[in-house]
This record gives sequence, C-alpha cells and structure tokens, in this order.
Amino acid sequence: MSNDPTHQFLVNKIVPLEIGGIDFSFTNASLFMVATVGAAAGFLYLTTSQRGLIPTRMQSVSEMSYEFIASMLREGAGSHGMKFFPMVFSLFMFILTANLLGMVPYFFTVTSQIIVTFALAVFVIGTVLLYGFYKHGFGFLKLFVPQGVPGALLPLVVAIEIISFLSRPISLSVRLFANMLAGHITLKVFAGFVASLSAFGALGIGGAILPLIMTVALTGLEFLVAFLQAYVFAVLTCMYLNDAVHPGGH
Amino acid sequence: MFVTAAYAQSSTTEGAEAHDAAAAGEVHTETGVAHEADHGAGVFPPFDTTHFASQLLWLAITFGLFYLLMSKVIIPRIGGILETRHDRIAQDLDEASRLKGEADAAIAAYEQELASARAKGHSIADTAREAAKSKAKADRDGVEAGLAKKIAAAEARIADIKSKALADVGAIAEETATAVVKQLIGGTVTKAEIAAAFKASAGN
Repeated sequence: MSNDPTHQFLVNKIVPLEIGGIDFSFTNASLFMVATVGAAAGFLYLTTSQRGLIPTRMQSVSEMSYEFIASMLREGAGSHGMKFFPMVFSLFMFILTANLLGMVPYFFTVTSQIIVTFALAVFVIGTVLLYGFYKHGFGFLKLFVPQGVPGALLPLVVAIEIISFLSRPISLSVRLFANMLAGHITLKVFAGFVASLSAFGALGIGGAILPLIMTVALTGLEFLVAFLQAYVFAVLTCMYLNDAVHPGGH
Repeated sequence: MFVTAAYAQSSTTEGAEAHDAAAAGEVHTETGVAHEADHGAGVFPPFDTTHFASQLLWLAITFGLFYLLMSKVIIPRIGGILETRHDRIAQDLDEASRLKGEADAAIAAYEQELASARAKGHSIADTAREAAKSKAKADRDGVEAGLAKKIAAAEARIADIKSKALADVGAIAEETATAVVKQLIGGTVTKAEIAAAFKASAGN
C-alpha cells in the first residue's frame, strides 16, 4: 500500500463498462456502494426477521435506529413530514453504513467522494423543491419571504434567503465529504508517521509512540464523526423537508 | 514515505499497465501520484471527474435499490413490530386494569361478606349468651328454691328435735334431781315435789 494519503480515495475500474461513450464502469466505489446497501439492508432484514415481541439486542438496534429517525423527522418536520420517513431513514442508514464501512482498513469510503455526497444533497433539495411546488404551488416561494420584516429590508432579506437556499446542497454535500476526506487523510498521515519513524531504529520507534497514540485517538474520533455526520445529514434533511411541508411557518 | 515509495509504485503500476502502452513516456516521468491518477488528469482523486458518471449511475442503482428495500420491506416490518408491541402493551394494560377491577370487586365482596358474617356471629353469640344467662338464672332459681325448701325442712326438724330434746331435758332433770336428793338426804321425794321445784326454778 502506498503511503500517499490520497491513494485511498482512488477509484479503480473493476468491470469496465461503457454506454453511449460514457464510462459507467463498475468500480471499487460501486463495489462499496453495493457493500453498503448489502450490509445495511442485510443487518436490518436479518435482525428483524424474528419479529420478536421482546426484541433481541440486535433487533433493538434496528428498532432504535427506526425510532431515532422517526422522532427526528417528527420533531423536524411535524407529522405531515412523516411521508418522507423512508427517504430520511434510507439516507441516514446509507450514509452511516458507508461511513462506518470506510473505517475498516483498506476499505473504500463511498462518502469521501464529492460527487456522491453532492448527488445525495441534490436528491434532498430536489425533493424539497418538487414537493414544495407540487404541494403549495407558487405559495412555496413564501419560503424566501420571512414574515414581519420591514418593507425596506425585504429585498435584502429575500436575496439572503435565496442565497442561503441555493447554498444548501453545497454545504450539505461538502460538510459530509470534507469530514470523511479530512478524517481519513489525517489518520493516514499519522499512521504514516508511525511507519516512517520506526524505520529510524530504536530512537525512531520510541518517537513513533506519539503518532501511534494519536492514530488510536483519531480512530475513535473518526467513529464519532462517522455517526455524527450521518446524523447531521439526516437532521438537516428533516429541516429542509420542513420547509417543503410548511413553507410559510418557520 | 521513505520505506514504501517503491512498493507504492509497484502496486499502482498494475492498474496503470493498460495505459502504459499508450502513454508510456508521460507516465514514467512522474512520481507515484501520477501513476495513481492513471487517467492522465493528475488531479486530487475525489475531484477526478472521469468517474463521476459511473459513480452517479451506481449510486442511483444502489441507493434506489436500498430505498425500495427500506420502504417496501424494512420500514413496514419494523413499524409492524413496534405497532404489535404497542398494541400488546396497551392490551396487557387493559387486561391488567380489568383484572385489578375484578380483584377490587372481589375484595369488596369479601369485605361485605366478612362484615355480614361478623354481624351474624355477633347476633348468634348474643342470643347464645342470653339463652345461657337465662338458663343459668332459671337453674339457679330452681336450685335456690330447692335449697330453701330443704333448709326450711331441716329447720323445722331441728326445731322439732330441739323441742323434743328440751322436753326430755325436764324429765331427765327430775330423775337426776330425785336421785341426787335421795343420795344427799336419804329420804324420798315425791315426783310431784320435784316437778314443782323444777317449775319454780324454771320460772326464774
């Protein structure tokens, strides 16, 4: 393996595939998307197959993730927002599983690709826009006109609201992508220090202890970040969906 | 970085082999990074646009499949489990409150029964006590009456005996006096005299 910290983000073709002159190859990224879906769906499917009235430990994990997202969405977007539950639940489970799988050494981190996180963010914002206009028509544009703002300030406020809305898909995707990317690079760099320093004999091995401790601590932190970023993505999705469900009332 | 530079090259050139043939001169002039970015772009891997189409397609396929699985299988299932449990708990609570009501009713009935039994017991005890008391009184009265009769009879006999004895005492005293007089004086005293003397002494 290379000591280059960006090597882990390289996309390699596994099964070359080209449709209409566009490269749709099955890559290691595709493989880990499949693995993510397989792991998440498999876990949820197998742990709940007993349909136990008294849940086993693993079944409680599935139930807890269900109730966690359900309460998050109900608080964020109200009971009308519950129709988006499958979407938010899928997003959360997909991102969480992808982040956690990325923590396994030599595994590819799907969410460290900006195009993936951007696609997910566009999916969220697209849903907000489509549902907002479908449900409220042009009334959805009230979203950009906060109530109780003095007339003189209104153009400025509306401009700010529109810019903030447009920046949502960018901030949503870059937040997740940058967190995963930076975390993995930092881990790789510190772990690289351990290897490089221990090549310098006894003194180097002694000096390698510090980056080793750092690597262990960062690994713990990265697990936290893996969960936290999935949570943040889901919470923000709930908030944006709330705008689609209740555009007027903030 | 020091140890594995050569190693990195060897591992990544495998992937670059296909390209090597086409762009041999270009690839070999660069370091490991250029080898890895074997599409000639040499950019930071996450910003390498060559794979964007493939990533989007496979994300759409996998996430779409995942979404379908979640919305058609997993969510109804977990929702069903939770609802069943919720219903079961509500049902159990209802059952428990019903049983509690029954238990309360049973306790009330028991208390009532106990109270009536206690009252009945009291009345039975009272009547029994009354009956025993009156019987004892009657018995005592009977016994007392019998005793009084016996006492009266005994007293009558005693009086009879006493009077008889007292009558005998006179005759004995007369005889004794006759004998005493005879011994002392030597003469004889008639019975009539003795009797007279007695009468005189008795009259004192």
